[in-house]
Amino acid sequence: MSRPSDYVDAGAPESDRQRPDAENSNIQQPKLGFAGTLRFIWRQLTSMRTALLLLLLLAIAAVPGSLVPQRSSDPNGVIQYFSDNPKLAPVLDNIQMFDVYGSVWFSSIYLLLFISLIGCVIPRTKHHFDAMRARPPRTPARLERLPAHTEQTLEGGDAGAAIDAAQSLLKKSRYRTELYQGKNGDISISAERGYLRETGNLVFHSALVGMLVTVAVGGGLGYAGQRVVVEGQTFVNTLLDYNSFNPGRFYNPDDLAPYSLSLDRFDVKYEQTNLDAYGQPIDFTAYVTTQTPGGELAERTVKVNDPLRYEGTDVYLLGNGYAPTITVRDSDGTVVFTDSVPFLPQDANLTSLGVVKIPDGLEEQLGMIGFFYPTAQLLDNGAYTSTYPDLVFPVLTLNVYKGDLGIDDGAPKSVYELNTDDMTQLTGGDTGVDSIELMPGQSQQLPGGYGSITFENANPNAEPLPTDATAGDGPATVSTASFDQAVPRFASFDVHRDPTQGWVFLFAMLILGGLLTSLFVPRRRVWIKATDNPDGTVRVQYAGLARGEDPGLVEAVDAIAYRHGTALGLER
Amino acid sequence: MDLNELSVLALWSAMAIYAIAFIAFAIDLAKRSAEVSAASELTASASATAGAAANTTAAAGRAGVTTLTRADPDAPQVQPKRSAVLRVAVALTVLGFLLHLTATITRGVAAERVPWANMYEFAMTGAMLIIATFLVVLTRVDLRFLGTFIVGLVLVFLGIAAVNFYVEIVPLPPALQSAWLVIHVFVASIGTALFALGFALSVLQLVQHRRESIGADLSKLKLKFVATLPSAARLENLAYRANIVAFILWTFTLIAGAIWAERAWGRYWGWDTKEVWTFIIWVIYAGYIHARATRGWRGSRSAWLSIIGFAAVMFNFSVVNLFFKGLHAYSGL
Ligand code: HEM
Repeated sequence: MSRPSDYVDAGAPESDRQRPDAENSNIQQPKLGFAGTLRFIWRQLTSMRTALLLLLLLAIAAVPGSLVPQRSSDPNGVIQYFSDNPKLAPVLDNIQMFDVYGSVWFSSIYLLLFISLIGCVIPRTKHHFDAMRARPPRTPARLERLPAHTEQTLEGGDAGAAIDAAQSLLKKSRYRTELYQGKNGDISISAERGYLRETGNLVFHSALVGMLVTVAVGGGLGYAGQRVVVEGQTFVNTLLDYNSFNPGRFYNPDDLAPYSLSLDRFDVKYEQTNLDAYGQPIDFTAYVTTQTPGGELAERTVKVNDPLRYEGTDVYLLGNGYAPTITVRDSDGTVVFTDSVPFLPQDANLTSLGVVKIPDGLEEQLGMIGFFYPTAQLLDNGAYTSTYPDLVFPVLTLNVYKGDLGIDDGAPKSVYELNTDDMTQLTGGDTGVDSIELMPGQSQQLPGGYGSITFENANPNAEPLPTDATAGDGPATVSTASFDQAVPRFASFDVHRDPTQGWVFLFAMLILGGLLTSLFVPRRRVWIKATDNPDGTVRVQYAGLARGEDPGLVEAVDAIAYRHGTALGLER
Repeated sequence: MDLNELSVLALWSAMAIYAIAFIAFAIDLAKRSAEVSAASELTASASATAGAAANTTAAAGRAGVTTLTRADPDAPQVQPKRSAVLRVAVALTVLGFLLHLTATITRGVAAERVPWANMYEFAMTGAMLIIATFLVVLTRVDLRFLGTFIVGLVLVFLGIAAVNFYVEIVPLPPALQSAWLVIHVFVASIGTALFALGFALSVLQLVQHRRESIGADLSKLKLKFVATLPSAARLENLAYRANIVAFILWTFTLIAGAIWAERAWGRYWGWDTKEVWTFIIWVIYAGYIHARATRGWRGSRSAWLSIIGFAAVMFNFSVVNLFFKGLHAYSGL
């Protein structure tokens, strides 16, 4: 097998990509003029070599984004990186190392690449269009010079009959054919097939452009929002009801479809039989009820790997955890706060961290930072840890702070964070006062006589626990009760709308289809020439030329010769 | 003995058989080298009379038909003799493969799911697909000279997997419970197997290219067996064929991964570390394909791209899986 040398070196007609090489020799010429210079730059940019270099550059430029955490995919990692490398991080930040894929330098590489691509595809499309309508080219005078050729001599018949048979054979093999009369009295047929190869290539490259444009535009047309919903709560798809909301540049939040979604129940299944994976969650299911603005109710589920497609949005289940129900009363026994507060899981056994803020109703604002352990176990150092993610022995511990919560100025504050700079710690730490420790159903007095706090048992059928447990001996006094359903769970949902997703999929399919045809459809020219010999025999020559990669060319020429012989009644 | 223990036993047996096959393939290469030495002495004594015979020889056909047979310009300089040890090596590879297949299937049955959900299983199944691909390709093209490389590579994979990556069977976490696990990972593994073939061929292409540029003098040759391999141009074409099939499978992997990511993580593309590296690999091989159509980049330069591409594939499988932080935290380690 020899290389299809025509393809790269011997200027095939549609090979625009060779021009820059010719252009290179112009570099020495004194003046190109302004227009000439522009043309020169344009040709350099749209040359195959530039495309190749830009591709390699793109690969290299993508690497740092995998070494350094990215704001888009791992914002906490970036914060961590800053605190771990206080000197290096700002330097890296200056060169957009934490936003690699949106950075100026990354974008310029791919934009240049795509300009090059467009500059390449347009003229090739035109060439291809012309080539598809052109006649296959004249038969070369000396077919035996071509790398893929063979010949046979036939007795009986004449050149005309041989060529007739050859033409119908090639047509059957989906070649486009053209007859030519040679100078030496020979007749030949020139044939070409595989135009689909170039079509596939052009479809592929154009679909890449389409993909880029769609992704660029698509990001601006939709939105993504997050919302944590506790069992029993309802979320309404409006801007106000989201915990966080990122609209695309062209998205108007007034267009949100105002449906609602209630979390009826959140089920988690834990592995119970396989001791190597004991306690590993094997299923999460959120049972929800949706309601259209018109009031139509429907019960549905949202699962990992199985989002809810509803009213033009996609609702994904991306996280879950416990939301202990906490009630705070003032010293008169009046309820000043009661809510299920989502605690964020910190490990696989759902040791969870949360914050309770009581801005009103007491003499001072109170804040609490606490841990929730679904199955608490006391460590040697006196701290708790959770040893199993389900509610076997749930314990809530809280440290209380008084002072300014810093939320009165109206600036939004994360519900998961408590800034204790302006606050005084009342329990735990150096205060000498024990932290609050509660199990579901228990209450305790708050320090400083502010009132009391209750960790509600959310299971209405729960047996009552001793309610007047005091700090220190709380959890230890109970051990046999079942805490099934005692603490509500929450699910965190991501709600997305991306109207271009279907287009992205379409372009992806075009990319795949274009690739398949352009890499596997052979594009080749075949010539068959028949000459009447003086002795009455007919000399038939067969030759082929590959346009692009064509490993099967020689076999194909041999096969044509063989089948031609058969068609002419050759005995085998 | 339960099924999983059977699987482990079958895997170690497969490794033992592969090890013997590896030795047999290596002996074959040594024999080739010896043949080349012998041939070089022969030509030295017989002096250069014959020269390189005419390119074509006429062979008489039947009933007045003359057919021309071509000399293959890509044929090896020294045609290796039929080798018994080579046939033994292939037979052992098939045997090892059957044990390997048993190990993979029993693991899957024991786990009641596809056997590719953690590093140990990826490595086991991926290595099996490398051998399977190699054996399938052997039925069409004689690439037995790659046996040492392919079986050696698989032995390294399996050794590391069995010793360092082994984990007990655990159920699938919810994020992996998807039909896409079956498709996405399986196709990626076959793609990797073909990239491995392409890589090996590209390495040999470079070696062969050096040999060709030094000249045909066999006695000066260091790696003598290289003279029994096809020409650099043919090796390049074979590498290209393996790589483009792999590239298409990789493109599919990328798209399937994006579809799955949309369902599991709520976005089809998020520059997660594994996504980044899959993309990098894709772009490198796109560069490789372009290089083959760019003047000055055909031949050795494009071979280097194929080598770099495979290095990135290996990096993606090992370092990225084990040490990089990201959503694809499924090594099970
Ligand atoms: C986003 C950038 C690009 C990517 C990802 C890309 C990718 C590819 C791939 C995968 C192929 C092989 C499949 C096929 O033949 O259709 C290919 C082939 C080709 N590309 Fe590109 N390409 C890019 C830009 C360009 C540019 C800018 C040019 C023109 C200068 C170009 C010209 C070609 C040509 C001529 C082929 C055919 C090569 C052959 O048949 O071996 N491409 N490209």
